[in-house]
Amino acid sequence: MKNIFLFLRRYRTFFTFLILQAVALWFLFSYNRFHRAKFLGVASEMTGRINTQYNKVEDYFSLKEENRRVHRLNDSLLSMLRGNFYSHDTTQRLLHDSLPFDTLGNYRRYYYRPATVVYNTVNSQKNFIQINRGSAQGIKDNMAVISSDGAVVGIVVNVSPNFSQVMSLLHVQNSVSASLKRSGDFGTAEWEGKDPRYLILKKIPKTVELKKGDTVLTSPVSFNYPPGYILGTVADMSLDNTTGMYRLKIKTAANFHNLQQVHVIENADYTEQIKLNQDTQKKMDATPKNPR
Amino acid sequence: MNDFVKNIIRFIVLMAIQVYVLNKIDHLHRFITPYLYYIFILWLPFSVSRQWLLVIGFLTGLVLDYFTMTPGLHAAACTLIAYVRPFVIGILTPRDSSEFNYREPSPRAMQWTPYAVYVFIITLLHHGYMVLLEWLDFGSLLDFLIKVVATTAISLLLIFTAEMLFPRKLKFRTNTA
Repeated sequence: MKNIFLFLRRYRTFFTFLILQAVALWFLFSYNRFHRAKFLGVASEMTGRINTQYNKVEDYFSLKEENRRVHRLNDSLLSMLRGNFYSHDTTQRLLHDSLPFDTLGNYRRYYYRPATVVYNTVNSQKNFIQINRGSAQGIKDNMAVISSDGAVVGIVVNVSPNFSQVMSLLHVQNSVSASLKRSGDFGTAEWEGKDPRYLILKKIPKTVELKKGDTVLTSPVSFNYPPGYILGTVADMSLDNTTGMYRLKIKTAANFHNLQQVHVIENADYTEQIKLNQDTQKKMDATPKNPR
Repeated sequence: MNDFVKNIIRFIVLMAIQVYVLNKIDHLHRFITPYLYYIFILWLPFSVSRQWLLVIGFLTGLVLDYFTMTPGLHAAACTLIAYVRPFVIGILTPRDSSEFNYREPSPRAMQWTPYAVYVFIITLLHHGYMVLLEWLDFGSLLDFLIKVVATTAISLLLIFTAEMLFPRKLKFRTNTA
């Protein structure tokens, strides 16, 4: 017994080293998209405060560019106003209804909230963005984030009371359901962790007609993203002969180097859709296969 | 200035540079992220005990991890270099402690060549280990080998630039300290 204590004492530095290594590695490998609220919850509140102070200064450097983007978006919204459209029939008037349900049975599915980026990197393989809105402002996990010019930025993965972490498109675990604007075919957009200017779009069959410069949008079948927001444009295409699928290089529409103002989009049906999805899975697993 | 206060200020400044300048500048190449923050561990005084060195190393890495949102990655690398540091210094400096009059590692305290070797070994270990951990997670080995070499080169450049731009005025270690 005495010898064990002597041994421990003699090599205590080495054991301290082993313990600290084990803790660090445990942090590293137990960490993934879904199980890390514990680690980052308190921390992001703290780093968030420091980042906000820094951001106050940094924002000035890209103010001009940001203004231009906001102006462009405003311009496109103005052109969509009902007031721009006139009917030849002078007795008819268009009324704008702001209720969540209108008389035709349409309802509001997506809610938008503005936010400011306080920290952002593009250099790592796992890039996160920190924004200055959190659970106290109604931000929840899995909300979509788009930039001020309407290009897809990422998805909220963790929230603290006043800040949220957004998994950027430039994250190797990221995958977005995308569709080609021209043909409407669906694929999956991912990032390979190399060049921050390009994403990879997979699962587009080779029968689809394609050209360089084709627009890639978020698909209508995504739970998180509203359809029709731009992901990027096709920059390069190659055919994978073993699978018969295209492998498209997509130039991202959002400029990740100078993100400033973003919109966080909530899908009001999200919980219901996910629940239905899971229930279906459970039900299908439970029922034995039988001819119908 | 008190060693303790000096090191705290140094820590804050280096961390700010790492998080707000080096992590943010447009990369020269996709493999290269310049690192400078671990110079804090390189510059810690000789008098810090090995146990404390480990703890300080771990915390340094962890603080950076909180900013870059990669829990454990830098902490593991920093703990490793904090563990190895006393051995490297022991090999590179003369055994005779009467020549060992300075407070902390520096070109003046250790001579340029041993100091350069010291920085090189620590840098290579730090980047090598960190990149190895990243590689276990995903990615191809060749990419990461290139990354080790490139990152090491750029970090060495940064460290020696910092060393020449800000030569530290080192007092002799005295009994009054």
